[in-house]
Amino acid sequence: MAAGEHRRDHGGAHEVTAVQTPSRTATAPGRGGSAVLAMRDAGLSYGERALWSHLDLDLAPGEFVAVLGPNGAGKTSLLRTVLGQQRLTSGTMSFLGRPVRRGHRRIGYVPQQRLMEAGTPLRARDMVAQGVTGSRWGVVPAGRAERARVDRILDEVGATAFADAPVAELSGGEQQRTRVGQAIAADPALLLCDEPLISLDLRHQRGITELIDRQRRQRDAAVLFVTHDVNPILDVVDRVLYIAGGRFRIGSPDEVLRAEVLSDLYGTPVDVVRTMGRVVIVGANEAHDQTGAHHHCDPDPRTATPDEGRI
Amino acid sequence: MDVWSTVFSFQDYGELLVLVRNSIWAGAVLGVVGGLIGPFVVARNMPFAVHGISELSFAGASASLLLGVNVVTGSLVGSVIAALLIGILGSRARDRNSIIAVLMPFGLGLGILCLALYKGRAANKFGLLTGQIVSVDNPQLTSLVVISAIVVVTLLVVWRPLMFASVDPDVAAAAGVPVRTLAIVFMLALGLATAVSVQIVGALLVLSLLVTPAAAALRISSNPVVVPVLSTVFAVVSVVGGILLAIGGGLPISPYVTTISFAIWVVCRIAGWRRDQRGRDRVADREQYVGGAPRLPEEPKVGTTA
Repeated sequence: MAAGEHRRDHGGAHEVTAVQTPSRTATAPGRGGSAVLAMRDAGLSYGERALWSHLDLDLAPGEFVAVLGPNGAGKTSLLRTVLGQQRLTSGTMSFLGRPVRRGHRRIGYVPQQRLMEAGTPLRARDMVAQGVTGSRWGVVPAGRAERARVDRILDEVGATAFADAPVAELSGGEQQRTRVGQAIAADPALLLCDEPLISLDLRHQRGITELIDRQRRQRDAAVLFVTHDVNPILDVVDRVLYIAGGRFRIGSPDEVLRAEVLSDLYGTPVDVVRTMGRVVIVGANEAHDQTGAHHHCDPDPRTATPDEGRI
Repeated sequence: MDVWSTVFSFQDYGELLVLVRNSIWAGAVLGVVGGLIGPFVVARNMPFAVHGISELSFAGASASLLLGVNVVTGSLVGSVIAALLIGILGSRARDRNSIIAVLMPFGLGLGILCLALYKGRAANKFGLLTGQIVSVDNPQLTSLVVISAIVVVTLLVVWRPLMFASVDPDVAAAAGVPVRTLAIVFMLALGLATAVSVQIVGALLVLSLLVTPAAAALRISSNPVVVPVLSTVFAVVSVVGGILLAIGGGLPISPYVTTISFAIWVVCRIAGWRRDQRGRDRVADREQYVGGAPRLPEEPKVGTTA
């Protein structure tokens, strides 16, 4: 098994897409045009409380960026600003060279797994088809080419075996495979993943990670992956955006996931332990309690509470 | 038996059939509306909203009965106001249910007040709540068909984005589907559909037309084309069948309609139970042999290599 030290030694494609910049500003401002997503001096605050500010981030095509941090640090809010569902309080953000708007055809969104109710009139195949025709008006049946495309995507994400099963009948892993298929069906330039591995077992966590990783390489889609646990995706991550206590750090996992960096970020001593190819952040709980926030960083996905407000 | 002959009477059936021809047409049109909107009502978790809207529709209809204006207009106004209030104030399921629970008794009370003050025919009063074969006259049938056509055409135009937004609002919003606007459009369509249904099956029993057929169809299929087709067939069979059985007895039409649609639901429920079992077997099968994921090597357990 790949131990932690060897995880950067992947194939050539990986090295091409990896952006190894030590500074928090990834690329020069002039290159903003080629970036899939470009944030300049972006900030978001709720009243007095600043979630993050002065954030400069350029997401290159095919780049995989993990967004880490304790609950309530503003990870999901970051995704919401990219989707135009929440406005930045300062700075600018552009997607494919244009200001973000509410939703976009070329953004694929993979939410966390949730129970689909028994009365949902969809099969796995229809869920993927929604990625192709879901926002189309009228009831003209999908064309032959579109149906073939859905079949191809079902095959790509390993969903052919359960393509005609009702979505309510799918297991958690099968559902997330289908969701990845739905997200890539529109040929996205950017994949937004909001805790897609939560409540999946280890085998399915790895399966879904591999799937997303393969898709971004084949399609050159950038990935912004919100997670509270970096371990399942440690092998495929190019850069890490770690948000905590109103501040953040951007860089390669080796640069950011270090005791001195995170101690500085949290404002109290935090240790980063690497063991069995896993990264464990020790002391972040206590650190955060002392800074007055009541959220915690927990490496076990099962104890994390899902987002509220889902219907 | 006396009761039996009251419930099922087919004397002079031929002549009666001619008299209620308009009602049968109205019933068929309502069946199509209810069958098509039903799957969305279920997917959006809104059966309770249908009930709430129908009570406000009843209030509007009673008020117009009292004031001597067009009953159809009154019930339309009532249900559209209710639908918009529920749609705008209750975007979350929990908020929505309490808003409906507040609106519904108020509407019912208002309607009862208007009916109590109304000095006209008692059958009119009862009919608003439980439905009746009023001899649907031609202008009434026309307005019903026009409103139904508006609902059906609207649904067909927004079908895919509305279904996307109904089952997966977050993902649909990310793809640029106007989720909020569609919610309002849907509520308007639901308000219109409820108002026309109240005319025939009565305010208390609208659910049997707008929800039961879809709930039955969803028990036996998940195919997005088969479900609305089946639900439409079930709804049309319930209403038209109900009218055909009801015309002899002079009883309200609603018990016939609700009984047929309930019977269809029971049959689908039993068939769906077997379908679920087969589904569970298939899931277990896939997990065991094929697996949702390609076979991956096991990660080393802590403990064994430490």
